[in-house]
Amino acid sequence: MIEGRTGPWETVIGLEVHAQVISKAKLFSGAATDFGAEPNTQVSPVDAAFPGMLPVINRFCVEQAVKTGLGLNAKIELESVFERKNYFYPDLPAGYQISQYQQPVVGQGRISLDMPDGTVREIGITRLHLEQDAGKSLHDQHPSLTYVDLNRAGVALMEIVSEPDLRSAEEAGIYLRKLRSILRYLGTCDGNVSVRRPGEPLGTRCEIKNVNSIRYVMQAIEHEARRQIELIEEGGRVEQQTRLFDARRGITRPMRSKEEAHDYRYFPDPDLLPLVLDPDWVKRLRAELPELPDAKKARFVSDYGLSADDADVLVAEKETALYFERVAKGRDPKVAANWVMGDLFGVLNRLAIGIDQSPVSVEQLGALIDLIADGTISGRLAKDVFAEMAASGADPAAIVEAKGLRQVTDSRAIEAAVEAVLTAQAEKVVEYRAGRDKLYGFFVGEIMRATQGKANPALVHELLRKQLAG
Amino acid sequence: MSDGSLLALTLAQARDGLVRKSFSAREFALAYNDAVEEAKVLNAYITPTPERALEMAKATDARLARGEGLPLDGIPIAVKDLYCTKGVLTTAASHILDGFHPPYESTVTSKLWQAGAVMLGKTNLDEFAMGSSNTTSWYGPVENPWHRQIGSPKGDNRPLVPGGSSGGSATAVAARAALAATGTDTGGSIRQPASFCGIVGMKPTYGRCSRWGVVAYASSLDHPGPMVRTVRDAAIMLRAMAGHDPKDSTSAPVPVPNFEAALTGDIRGLRVGIPKEYRVDGMPAEIETLWRQGAEWLRSAGAEVVDISLPMTKYALPAYYIIAPAEASSNLARYDGVRFGLRVERGTLDEMYEVTRAAGFGAEVRRRVLIGTYVLSAGYYDAYYLKAQRVRTLIMRDFAKAFEQVDCILTPTAPSAAFAIGEKTEDPVAMYLNDVFTVPANLAGLPAISIPAGLSGEGLPLGLQISGRAFDEETVLRVAEVLERAAEFRHVPSFVAGDRG
Amino acid sequence: MPLDKAAVARIAALARIRLGEAELEPLAEELSQILSWMEQLNEVDTSEVPPMASAVATSLPMRNDEVTDRTRREDILGNAARTTQGFFVVPKVLE
Repeated sequence: MIEGRTGPWETVIGLEVHAQVISKAKLFSGAATDFGAEPNTQVSPVDAAFPGMLPVINRFCVEQAVKTGLGLNAKIELESVFERKNYFYPDLPAGYQISQYQQPVVGQGRISLDMPDGTVREIGITRLHLEQDAGKSLHDQHPSLTYVDLNRAGVALMEIVSEPDLRSAEEAGIYLRKLRSILRYLGTCDGNVSVRRPGEPLGTRCEIKNVNSIRYVMQAIEHEARRQIELIEEGGRVEQQTRLFDARRGITRPMRSKEEAHDYRYFPDPDLLPLVLDPDWVKRLRAELPELPDAKKARFVSDYGLSADDADVLVAEKETALYFERVAKGRDPKVAANWVMGDLFGVLNRLAIGIDQSPVSVEQLGALIDLIADGTISGRLAKDVFAEMAASGADPAAIVEAKGLRQVTDSRAIEAAVEAVLTAQAEKVVEYRAGRDKLYGFFVGEIMRATQGKANPALVHELLRKQLAG
Repeated sequence: MSDGSLLALTLAQARDGLVRKSFSAREFALAYNDAVEEAKVLNAYITPTPERALEMAKATDARLARGEGLPLDGIPIAVKDLYCTKGVLTTAASHILDGFHPPYESTVTSKLWQAGAVMLGKTNLDEFAMGSSNTTSWYGPVENPWHRQIGSPKGDNRPLVPGGSSGGSATAVAARAALAATGTDTGGSIRQPASFCGIVGMKPTYGRCSRWGVVAYASSLDHPGPMVRTVRDAAIMLRAMAGHDPKDSTSAPVPVPNFEAALTGDIRGLRVGIPKEYRVDGMPAEIETLWRQGAEWLRSAGAEVVDISLPMTKYALPAYYIIAPAEASSNLARYDGVRFGLRVERGTLDEMYEVTRAAGFGAEVRRRVLIGTYVLSAGYYDAYYLKAQRVRTLIMRDFAKAFEQVDCILTPTAPSAAFAIGEKTEDPVAMYLNDVFTVPANLAGLPAISIPAGLSGEGLPLGLQISGRAFDEETVLRVAEVLERAAEFRHVPSFVAGDRG
Repeated sequence: MPLDKAAVARIAALARIRLGEAELEPLAEELSQILSWMEQLNEVDTSEVPPMASAVATSLPMRNDEVTDRTRREDILGNAARTTQGFFVVPKVLE
């Protein structure tokens, strides 16, 4: 709820996400889709809408769309139609975009969101369809000219539309993060989220463009919701329009271009036929789907005994989950989880890298955990070893040897250390025995210092208590 | 052989002559290059390509010398300037494609060149294939090589239209300034000019010939096809042009039969349908007479003539004039001055688009783009476009039902003979009625051929049309050849290249 | 349904074709005539009839995910009246 002047307002939000399909060639032509190519070097005459050119659909792009639909628990439409969306713009060479309108390839679906308060919200997916991306218009290269690069023209996009089930900017953020996670798991599209339509407190849709990060989406929604509420409270009407998000100022503003009636004159593309999918093919794709976040999380909780929160963190990225599982194999999963979420994430965040670039390999972390488990090294010192592993890339065993960090488990040695400390701190021992319990920790600290941290803690406690007891 | 008699050979005869080395491909190409030059007065060509023709003929002669002749080796062919020809100016007869040299070759013409054919040049047409008179071209109208007989009513020697939109191709073939030509047929644009010019023109089944590289007018109705002198020639050329093309999603994945082998001459027991709805008001009596004569010829050859009904016939034209412009309005949106063709610089982007397109498109194209935009626009889509597509389904059902009773259908090709340039061409609706007999086959995607069957009272050719089941070009060709034999159309137009008489 | 000048102007704007003021009225009449001729389709009962999807009775053929087109930039830009540094060029669009 957002507090307005006249009372609380509920925001009703639906989101439309465009994600680029991962494929080698474009949706309707055989040109390449690589990023960063020189302008207009990855353009087929089909993409450039030369006279007489015709579209032929890329099977793999269809497969990716179907897999995504399956991952969103959605209905796969065995028959769907491509339609032309007609409008003029320099990065749209044909003067129309091939998209899907009345009969998209994927219908109703849903995503479960794990909310911070522990509840689960189901967000509906209205549809998913395939469409062509447009080229790029560069407006900032020249004072009076726009430069056009058609490399992106014709690349396959998936448009994923949610039901207007979201109720706040925060929910929108959670939805987008979950959606992105699922898409990355499926590997069907790259994680870049380009969002187009937040905001409708009262059923009037405003389309907001130029929103390229989840943070910006949330800002745009917040701003837009407040703008609309203010407008309505002051007696105005929200116009249906397209607005641009200005990230620098954190506001939305109307697009300066001529307000044109968006009459796209959709009609089925006569150069294409209806797309008909073989149900057996769809079944096979379903069977080949990777385990998705929700299922993986449930399995982590039940099989590894992890808490829901911890499982959440570990499954957010497929690579993290894989890393964790490999470390946890044959080891205590909770220990593995703590190391991954604690020290490893700490290093990754500090270096601002992903887990796929981790300086510490699965084998190395596993070996470290083994060294703790078999008592070679104390948990405390292991943290230092980990830091050294991250910095140098060396194996834990090598570091332990090189630095002589092997845990001391020799009772006599520890006994001697305990005795030495208690002798040196004789007065404090008296105070302790007189009731100052807090000095226990001090003694432990002194013993650890004396043994350079290598004394086995359990043994320290056992022997210290014995000696203190007198 | 003299130029004149070389030019008089049919494709089938020339094919044999070349193989037998009665003349060389070079001689042949030279004769046709001269003919193209001679026929300039008719304005049939936009871009003659005489050097290329000679180069290609040279390759033919080399192959023939080695005994490795290809199916169409040395055959001089004119290409409707709607087909993209690599490196050769391709205009669609429009100002808006000024200077356009495609970096690719259409599938159909590629196949023709791979079969050894020789390119004479690009022929004139109605702009963007929109028209039935070839009077809307940016490059000026084409003149029919036939003239009305002096002494006949209206026999005044005025230039006549060749029909359209493939008017240039029809004229070139009729005037012997090409041995064969490619055309496209969206509402009758091969058959109607063939009828007006006294030649054979065939629209095959939709998807039989690839549309890749053919400038699109109305995607679901465009059919590339051959324009030639005889039915046998049509069979030979169609075989070379046809074939599944994976680059065209609407290309039919069916094998290409040997169409020539279908010309058995035997149509005994075949059932020929005569649809009563094609007897339209105001149809000239001579056309009705010719039609009856055609039925008689087929009956004499052993066919059974059956009266059939195609109730949706009259709705084919209005349906066509909704669907075609709608598709065209979208297909022509790419002509905006940015990547090819005419560009008129103006202040803003939209101004540049608007002025470029206004300057680049002729009046008929503009008319159809506006109609098409309107019928697709919000609020009208259901009433017009969707309605027309439903009517189209009914038209297909009409034919399906008819083909349960008959194997082919005989009708006139056009409701009149060629008319004069300027006569009739000002009233759009009157012009649209030229297509009344041809349009249904486009909507249904069925194969149909026009053959010259007789002369009008003014001495102008009149065509008869045979149409058939989808992918049954063989029956259509077989019946057409029988009709051709019976009609014995030996007449020759007033203008014929190489004619020293 | 007869078209008036305003309707013609709207359609022309959608189609990006500039019309002179003097052309609007005659075009409105001409287009109206054509459209009313088309209205005879209303005589046909199409209530149970599906719109035709295509004259070809098959479903959409698909191609493999391979880069099969490596058209050189010169061929893509070669027919343009104006290009610069590998780009197409248009009057600047303001957003």
